[in-house]
Amino acid sequence: MNKLATLHGKRWISRCYSSLSSQSLRVCVVGSGPAGFYTAEKMLKAHQGAEVDIIDRLPTPFGLVRSGVAPDHPETKIVVNQFSRVPLNERCSFFGNVSLGSSVSLSELREMYHVVVLAYGAESDRVLGVPGEDLEGIYSAREFVWWYNGHPDCSDLDPDLKSTDTAVILGQGNVALDVARILLRPTTELAKTDIAEHALASLQESSIRKVYLVGRRGPVQAACTAKELREVLGIKDLYINILESDLSKSAADEEEMKNSRIQRRVYEILSKAARSQPSHPISGQRELHFVFFRRPEKFLHSDDSSGRVTGVRLEKTVLKENSGSGRQSAVGTGQYEDLGCGLVLKSIGYKSVPVDGLPFDHHKGVVPNIRGRVLSNTHTEPLIFENGLYVVGWLKRGPTGIVATNLYCAEETVASISEDLDQGVLTPTLPRPGREGLQQLLDSKGVRFVPFNGWEQIDLKEKSLGSLKNKPREKITRWGELLKAANRESVTEQ
Amino acid sequence: MNMAKFKLAQVGSLLVRELTRGQFTTTIQRRYLQRSYNQYLQSPVSPSPSNYKGISFSVYSHAYNNRHAFSTSASDNGHEEGNQQKEKISVTFIDKGGEETHIKVPVGMSMLEAAHENDIELEGACEGSLACSTCHVIVMDVDYYNKLEDPTDEENDMLDLAFGLTETSRLGCQVIAKPELDGLRLALPAATRNFAVDGHVPKPH
Ligand SMILES: Cc1cc2nc3c(=O)[nH]c(=O)nc-3n(C[C@H](O)[C@H](O)[C@H](O)COP(=O)(O)OP(=O)(O)OC[C@H]3O[C@@H](n4cnc5c(N)ncnc54)[C@H](O)[C@@H]3O)c2cc1C
Ligand SMILES: NC(=O)c1ccc[n+]([C@@H]2O[C@H](COP(=O)([O-])OP(=O)(O)OC[C@H]3O[C@@H](n4cnc5c(N)ncnc54)[C@H](OP(=O)(O)O)[C@@H]3O)[C@@H](O)[C@H]2O)c1
Ligand code: FES
Repeated sequence: MNKLATLHGKRWISRCYSSLSSQSLRVCVVGSGPAGFYTAEKMLKAHQGAEVDIIDRLPTPFGLVRSGVAPDHPETKIVVNQFSRVPLNERCSFFGNVSLGSSVSLSELREMYHVVVLAYGAESDRVLGVPGEDLEGIYSAREFVWWYNGHPDCSDLDPDLKSTDTAVILGQGNVALDVARILLRPTTELAKTDIAEHALASLQESSIRKVYLVGRRGPVQAACTAKELREVLGIKDLYINILESDLSKSAADEEEMKNSRIQRRVYEILSKAARSQPSHPISGQRELHFVFFRRPEKFLHSDDSSGRVTGVRLEKTVLKENSGSGRQSAVGTGQYEDLGCGLVLKSIGYKSVPVDGLPFDHHKGVVPNIRGRVLSNTHTEPLIFENGLYVVGWLKRGPTGIVATNLYCAEETVASISEDLDQGVLTPTLPRPGREGLQQLLDSKGVRFVPFNGWEQIDLKEKSLGSLKNKPREKITRWGELLKAANRESVTEQ
Repeated sequence: MNMAKFKLAQVGSLLVRELTRGQFTTTIQRRYLQRSYNQYLQSPVSPSPSNYKGISFSVYSHAYNNRHAFSTSASDNGHEEGNQQKEKISVTFIDKGGEETHIKVPVGMSMLEAAHENDIELEGACEGSLACSTCHVIVMDVDYYNKLEDPTDEENDMLDLAFGLTETSRLGCQVIAKPELDGLRLALPAATRNFAVDGHVPKPH
């Protein structure tokens, strides 16, 4: 009992100390996805004197939880309840409609705040680099997902789902499975989700019956997770095709599976699905084909001048073990086959984009960092850090991981900030204008930011629009309308 | 069997949602004090928005009664072991720094709810709906681990993604208090990392 009391006492003292030492620490978090919100939450808790502002280029918060997570995954989005409590703290403010790079520059932010934490995610795409990638009818999964999730940058994407019955999805990660599910799931089920209205309408008229999920490696290496896989396999009245011959395992495969629980379980689910599939689809039934050991060689188009994609030329691959890493990579065999289709979705990964004045590793597509501290230069010794500049989330680690991964990622970055404060690397004693400075700057540039209560107006409006249609919300998908909804009665008294 | 458990979890999620809402405002002030359990007894039981009230009260009345019963005996017994109410079990949480917190958990309540009621920093991003894995806990004793019902496929799917998975990992929102679990010890993942440094890795089998 006594021991407990002392422990608690110690904790309390260290808390008081850290709150004194961090009095009026001005912190700006750029990006309001999971990484940004977890960072803000942890900074507010660890530093009782810190004032934390979160900026986002959109009028709406939550990043990919709103614009990435599939509409039929409402449970995953429950985390926004936790995030929404963060700006209730008076030491925290949200500035929506403020874009790093255009509304405010990185150097301006660094002058106004003691600490800037970049959490702006990955808003571009990896490229395949094969001929024909720009043909009509080829989209990145990111754009397609933004479209069905009502991101204002893709509300006009309008992919043609009516002139073909076949879609090819390149990649076999969870995003690929999300996209396949949205294309194949009965629209009566989607109609009850928060899917964007334009996407639902288009899917209701879709003529797509066959979806191919193409992976350059085998079923043991499929990048998806068991939950997503089980879900897509469980779609009502769907014919599943997996070639039994693809399921044979090499010694190296066995070794990989021994070391990875996810790979083991994913492989088991795939084999079970392969064993239980009927030999032919019933006529009219929708079909999902898993295609393994194939990589895209080029995109095909018809001879007319429409510039539309008509298929993908795939090269057969075999796996080759990389000496050292144990990872098996796909190498081409020189054997090709063509797969006809009228829609291609490239789901081979997202990619971050740099902003002016930010060190950036173009090869990996991330900001070079050590435990969240931004490195000025990766190639020279000794390592030099950018004072007061940190990174978290997909921009720090690359575009992988679930929502929860960003929690641990934020813990790491916040621990680095705390260490730097303790060691006097940061000097919060010199006052910085912080929030007031940012407001003045935005004012002078004529940028009208959306405060958290502006988002709450949007939220209310979306929910009431949704309730008319039995949907959890009807997303507002246009910039103008979002800003209008945000400004309705919203008082910018932050 | 599994289905019933799943249902229970869903009910749990509703409750947690409500509880965390009600509790949020008071959390900060009392984080560093351990008396939160008793505090909870003194605070009104329904700080929730009124639209939830009807649902929560009927589902929760059982737990509420237990809590009520405990509050009268709590002052007599303090934290002494041995003289517990049958409807509550003792559970120890070991936090990331290795610090232990002993709590009493009403039978039928999930470890996620119990942790939140007692200000233990167990995350619960999806509020118990089996969609996040942030409520990951490690059962410190294999015998206790074996007393739990096997995880469902759905729980295993989320465990796949849990940070610092061990052989005795479970999701806190799926572990429901029952009498056989009295004395259960649960570690939050980072604590086991520290143990690894100290050489005290829990070894199942
Ligand atoms: C399609 C898809 C589905 C997913 N589904 C799931 C799922 O079901 N379950 C799960 O656990 N995980 C899922 N994930 C993973 C999860 O969404 C990510 O791990 C997480 O969102 C990454 O967090 P982040 O904060 O780094 O980036 P993001 O969530 O992308 O947030 C970045 C934020 O920065 C803002 N921003 C961008 N540029 C600027 C700028 N210049 N200035 C200001 N702000 C800017 C953006 O508007 C955005 O709000 C999914 C990912 C994708 C792509
Ligand atoms: N429900 C969920 O939990 C959920 C939902 C969606 C997304 N997420 C998460 O979000 C993250 C991003 O998902 P993601 O699907 O975009 O990425 P991912 O999991 O990394 O998958 C990328 C896929 O693209 C393939 N690929 C990459 N480069 C290629 C190339 N040049 N040619 C051919 N194929 C190539 C990869 O194959 P190789 O393996 O051979 O490289 C892999 O199949 C993941 O961590 C995912 O788990 C989670
Ligand atoms: S709280 Fe999300 S899985 Fe338990």
